[in-house]
Amino acid sequence: MRLLWSLGLIRGLVWGIVGTAIGIGFTMLVRMALGKPAWETAPVTFVAAVFGTLAFLAGVGAFADWWRWASGEEAGDPPHHHEGPEWVRYFNFDTDHKIIGVQYTITSLVLMFAAGIMALIMRLELAQSGLQFVTPEQFNSAMGLHGIVMIGSILLGVAGMANYLLPLMLGAPDMAFPRLNALSFWVAPPAAILLFLSLAFGGFDTGWTGYPPLGAVGATGKQFFYLGVFFLGFSSILGAINFITTTLKMRAPGMSMFRMPIFVWGVFAAAWIQLTGTQFIGTSFLMVVLERLLGMGFFDPEKGGDPVLFQHIFWFYSHPAVYIFVLPGLGVISELLPVFVRKPLFGYKWVALSSMGIATVGFLVWAHHMFTVGLPNEANTFFMFTTMLVAVPTGVKFFSWVATMWGGKIEFRTPMLFLLGAFVTFLLGGLTGPFLAVVPVDQYLHDTYFVVGHFHNTMFGGFVFPFLAAIYYWFPKVTGRMYSERLGKVHFWLMLVGFVAQTGSMFQTGLFGMRRRIADYDPSLGFDTIHLIGSIGGYLVFFSMLIFAYNMIRSLVAGEKAPANPWNSRSLEWLLPSPVKGVSWPTPPVVVGHPYDYGVPNATFVRLAPAGGSDRSSQTTTPAHETKEANR
Amino acid sequence: MSTHVSHATYDRLAINRLGLWLFIFSDALIFAILLITRFALFGTSRPEELNQALGLGLTVILLVSSLTAYRAEAAIATGDRSGLLRNLLLTIIFGTLFLVGVVGWEWREAPHLGIVPQEGYGIAFFSMTGLHAFHVLTGVLLLLIVFFNARRGAYGPDNYWGVEAAVKYWHFVDVVWVFFYPALYLVR
Repeated sequence: MRLLWSLGLIRGLVWGIVGTAIGIGFTMLVRMALGKPAWETAPVTFVAAVFGTLAFLAGVGAFADWWRWASGEEAGDPPHHHEGPEWVRYFNFDTDHKIIGVQYTITSLVLMFAAGIMALIMRLELAQSGLQFVTPEQFNSAMGLHGIVMIGSILLGVAGMANYLLPLMLGAPDMAFPRLNALSFWVAPPAAILLFLSLAFGGFDTGWTGYPPLGAVGATGKQFFYLGVFFLGFSSILGAINFITTTLKMRAPGMSMFRMPIFVWGVFAAAWIQLTGTQFIGTSFLMVVLERLLGMGFFDPEKGGDPVLFQHIFWFYSHPAVYIFVLPGLGVISELLPVFVRKPLFGYKWVALSSMGIATVGFLVWAHHMFTVGLPNEANTFFMFTTMLVAVPTGVKFFSWVATMWGGKIEFRTPMLFLLGAFVTFLLGGLTGPFLAVVPVDQYLHDTYFVVGHFHNTMFGGFVFPFLAAIYYWFPKVTGRMYSERLGKVHFWLMLVGFVAQTGSMFQTGLFGMRRRIADYDPSLGFDTIHLIGSIGGYLVFFSMLIFAYNMIRSLVAGEKAPANPWNSRSLEWLLPSPVKGVSWPTPPVVVGHPYDYGVPNATFVRLAPAGGSDRSSQTTTPAHETKEANR
Repeated sequence: MSTHVSHATYDRLAINRLGLWLFIFSDALIFAILLITRFALFGTSRPEELNQALGLGLTVILLVSSLTAYRAEAAIATGDRSGLLRNLLLTIIFGTLFLVGVVGWEWREAPHLGIVPQEGYGIAFFSMTGLHAFHVLTGVLLLLIVFFNARRGAYGPDNYWGVEAAVKYWHFVDVVWVFFYPALYLVR
């Protein structure tokens, strides 16, 4: 019992339930004092959910140090030493970035499986024309939840990779604001709970975009959805403050911006979008909630509002959001590729700057989601051109990868396979993009499965495949054990084949006019077979993820012990023991060269500072066989 | 397991400042969105009924509070603890006056003048003043914490980040009003 209570997660849940109850009571008392009927589902549950979330955070212990500061005590530095079993730390408010990184990643994977089950429900219904398993409302709730939970999962996955890797790669002891970092993780679990609670209150049939006027009326479940997204955004913004500050202020001596690992550039660029863009989705959802609860007609034309305004504000974040997902993912690709082809990354500076380029251009394209709204032609044309402009910095990355691989000796191990999978799917997604960017074509393809296919290819190529590559690649770093290479390869091939089949069916049915977000279709359209193939592909993807989960869990318990540097990487994190214990870099290393000089004779990236009596002081990052290779 | 970190390499104050500025930048965008909403929905029109005297009075109070906040920070930078306390208290009083003026007076009066939160100009008026008032409230709470910590002698001329952060946040809230006041009361 005492052990259970020592877990922050359990404490948070108990406090959260108590806080919710207090919130309900408080709201009902206020309503009675104002002379209104005590119970009305929408306002009472809304306030209760906010109370519950804050109570959850308090229960976890997220506010403890700030409370100490506010009541005049010295909070001091976050502790670096811990009593008790190691695993307990993962369920508690812990300021170590490595713990937080793992917390984020596991939560991300859990949400990914949950959202995957939503997708399976949809694929099951679509496998055959006619309605067999769910009502149209349930289908829409599954669709909206799939979308938003996946988005949450990806945001947490990005934060997981960034948290675990940034200090290790930059030679920093921890993130710039460790307490804030832990807080931004712990906001996510209650936010996810709120998203799923929407199902208990009638679900939400708007899809993840939550457009008013539909979003402004109807089931209370929508409020849980808006509030959940709001808290997720909060977590994302706080995370971004940490990423940017750590990148700018905590780099090891000698590590100029253009000597940073390229993954850090991806996170850095994405963090600017997180910091600025997220406010837009948060505020737009807040405005809809105000319209629902207080009747403020922001988006109601009868009251002087404008529903299109919502779309502008919403997409000003929600388009750049995909670059929050994709930029760190593409960063992973550029990071791992040189390791597996044993060649320097081609055009490092251009790749680094292209991330910033994508982040900048990303803010100028939002209205390409609104080509059918009826904006002026001039506006549509402008957004058509800016949208196509995205292909330029993205192309820089693609050509850099091709040139990096050119003439290289590729090692086809599991992470490398996932990189290749990312190329295939990201190319499919990238090549279908310009069609949708062209206004007249988009007016035909808008809201068809073609868009869904395009989007899922960019997400799988830009995030899911690289994310899985990253998990396989850094698994030995995090756990000190190797995963099963054989199962990893089975996972990859099943996933690639399944995914291409699934999105292929989306492209084809979409081109022939199959509408998205609809549970049923006319059998006379002749889509039954192709939808069935897509559904089989979807189930294959999920099955391959089960293999992945089995591989991870089994390897964690009984995997081989990992060598110190299984990939002969030059990057900083592999100089530390696996798993890294205690403060990541108590003494920062000194960077003297470039991170990706694979195969370059006598190239050195880093010298470990001799101070602190470190036994690793003599190491440099040139692996032994690399020097041999160079001498040939 | 090494537990000791050499902090000498990191400028904690510079890190804190950057973090605060990033937060303020991000927060400022919420206000920007409401400002854009106001102009997108209502152009440059505004109702004649607004209580101009009250608006001007509140603006003056808030601007003066920024001056006292500045003087608080300047006082502790030179080690003047009583100056810090005096000016913090003045800032808190001005901030509270502003809150009472907006939420207690303006918000009660506006519906009688035909400006209601549900429709028309009131949507912009109440959402903008409401979000701003919420920030003023958090600012006052922050200043109160700093005030009580200062009374316990927590700050000195070499160690006043808490004061600096709260004062910077206060200035930010004031600057927002410098944009909101003309947008709500003056444009034509």
